[in-house]
Amino acid sequence: MPLSWALFANFLLAAAGYIVGRSRAFATAGPDVRKLHSRPAYHGASVGLAALLPALAVLAAGAILRLAGVLSSDTGPIIGIVALIAAIAGLGFGVMRIGREYQARNVVEHMVLGLLMLCSLIAIVTTAGIVLSLVFETGHFFRVYDWKTFFFGTEWTPRFQGNSQLGIVPLLWGTMYVSAIALLVAVPIGLFAAVYMSEYASRRVRGFVKPAIEVLAGIPTIVYGLFALITVGPLLRDYFAQPLGLGNSGTSVLTAGLVMGIMLIPFVSSLSDDIINAVPQSLRDGALGLGSTPSETVRQVVLPAALPGIVGAVLLAASRAIGETMIVVLGAGAAAQMSLNPLEAMTTITVKIVSQLTGDSDFNSPETLVAFALGLTLFVITLALNVVALYIVRKYREQYE
Amino acid sequence: MYDMNRPEKAVSQTETKISARKVQVYYGDKHALKDVDVDILDKTVTAFIGPSGCGKSTFLRCINRMNDTIPIARVEGQILLDNEDVYDRRVDPVQLRAKVGMVFQKPNPFPKSIYDNVAYGPRIHGLARNRAELDGIVEKALRGAALWNEVKDRLSEPGTGLSGGQQQRLCIARAVATSPEVLLMDEPCSALDPIATAQVEELIEELRSQFSVVIVTHSMQQAARVSQKTAFFHLGNLVEYGDTDDIFTRPRDSRTEAYISGRIG
Repeated sequence: MPLSWALFANFLLAAAGYIVGRSRAFATAGPDVRKLHSRPAYHGASVGLAALLPALAVLAAGAILRLAGVLSSDTGPIIGIVALIAAIAGLGFGVMRIGREYQARNVVEHMVLGLLMLCSLIAIVTTAGIVLSLVFETGHFFRVYDWKTFFFGTEWTPRFQGNSQLGIVPLLWGTMYVSAIALLVAVPIGLFAAVYMSEYASRRVRGFVKPAIEVLAGIPTIVYGLFALITVGPLLRDYFAQPLGLGNSGTSVLTAGLVMGIMLIPFVSSLSDDIINAVPQSLRDGALGLGSTPSETVRQVVLPAALPGIVGAVLLAASRAIGETMIVVLGAGAAAQMSLNPLEAMTTITVKIVSQLTGDSDFNSPETLVAFALGLTLFVITLALNVVALYIVRKYREQYE
Repeated sequence: MYDMNRPEKAVSQTETKISARKVQVYYGDKHALKDVDVDILDKTVTAFIGPSGCGKSTFLRCINRMNDTIPIARVEGQILLDNEDVYDRRVDPVQLRAKVGMVFQKPNPFPKSIYDNVAYGPRIHGLARNRAELDGIVEKALRGAALWNEVKDRLSEPGTGLSGGQQQRLCIARAVATSPEVLLMDEPCSALDPIATAQVEELIEELRSQFSVVIVTHSMQQAARVSQKTAFFHLGNLVEYGDTDDIFTRPRDSRTEAYISGRIG
């Protein structure tokens, strides 16, 4: 019997336990239900959970032990049967406990609390696991490669024969350059769109414009990437780069930056819109009552009041720009170089992580392991940005409590 | 420009500053204010009293066209400020509001320094040519609002850090700094404790020497204390308007009498 069947059977048993427990509670109560400490539904739920939880624990323990190799892989049926026995025992135990004084409601409340805590624990443990595996593999990398060359090396030339130059600086430069252009596009447009929507647009226009902008947020980034590769890139090459003599690359920092900026517009605008709307109406009334025009009110009262929140929104957008991959793969190219010319192809950390891991090289060579070091660097940068952004946003919230 | 020898125009207490005729306000389909006729005098404190939702704040917000900011609000009729209809097409509400200042129910200092709060109006209207002049205006306004001594050493601190009563006086100073001709106050003391209320009331009495003050209040004692004229609103109608003493001692309308004796409201 595969484990999935055992799981299914356990859920059936739990459902049966609920029905049995409930009717048993009704029977115990006699004509007056209020004689029971807890309502019959709670007795049912307590029996159902008493059947389900031990069985789930058995199944989870069995699955982990099998993964760890302690149990052989053909022990599935045995684990399933043990789980079923645990479920039946739990069910019997649960039914036995039913009585007028039994506090089933409190027991169920505790079990629910435990379940919720378990779920949040899983989220945290998974994150910690991912970070730890990154740290572990990065440690591997630095044992075979000099950390000073990695952090300060200005050359990125991985070779599969070995003896590669793996300096992060050109990748970091490309990442920052693309992100800066993206923010230069997204922040003014997104912010002004938000100001229009929250301060000027009538309710009808707003009801139409806001969802229309948010459609942009629903486009998969690979589609933006295609747009960069097929439309924006050639356009920039034919009408700017070649006539101005600045290069003839179809992929460039500017292409990726522009398209990524468009991707970030809805992100900036909807966050800023929420923040601007949170500025109390009384401040606007105060400014208008003193004879400010609407634009003076926005410029001198609303935006300064919303500024910390807007800064937070921009930082969140920046961390998305830094982590973005698909648009840069298709828009910016793969040449690791440091140049000021925005019409030249450059590359970013995320692109190089992809290309280092999709090669055929040995998994223990520095050329592959460097991907983990790159990933960890990226993680630290975006984490720092997010922490700063959340700190600023939270501080801003307190201002109007 | 200024003719110092010009004989001062005789300003009698009875000169009309604002004159409203047949003012109607609709919020969507709701007829919120019906046929309001009232003459508000210069250099006088006029109190609007009445139960909640009677239209007194609505009428106050008509005078400086703050109702323009509510999309569903519609105003009909005529409100003359110095014989000029404020709802005339040629009148710019921005200029109107510079002449008709407003203080709101809840203190709403801007998230700026105390100085910048008071200097806000003079700055946007270009009332000062240099920093020294602006300093003078700010100091005069803060003195006028009886706040100068409390804040003169911390003008650069945020206005939001003051106590509730100080914040409200800061808002009054901010309104006074643009030297308005009329000051509208929408329940200015409803968020204040009794001591701060007494300070603001004292202030209103002083401000009367400079311009006309219109105050909406829920407290009949306050209306009786600070105003010379009182208007009683009920269900969107202006029921009775007259000298404060008459309204509170010899009301002509039975509804006014019922309200001031606490039977409706």
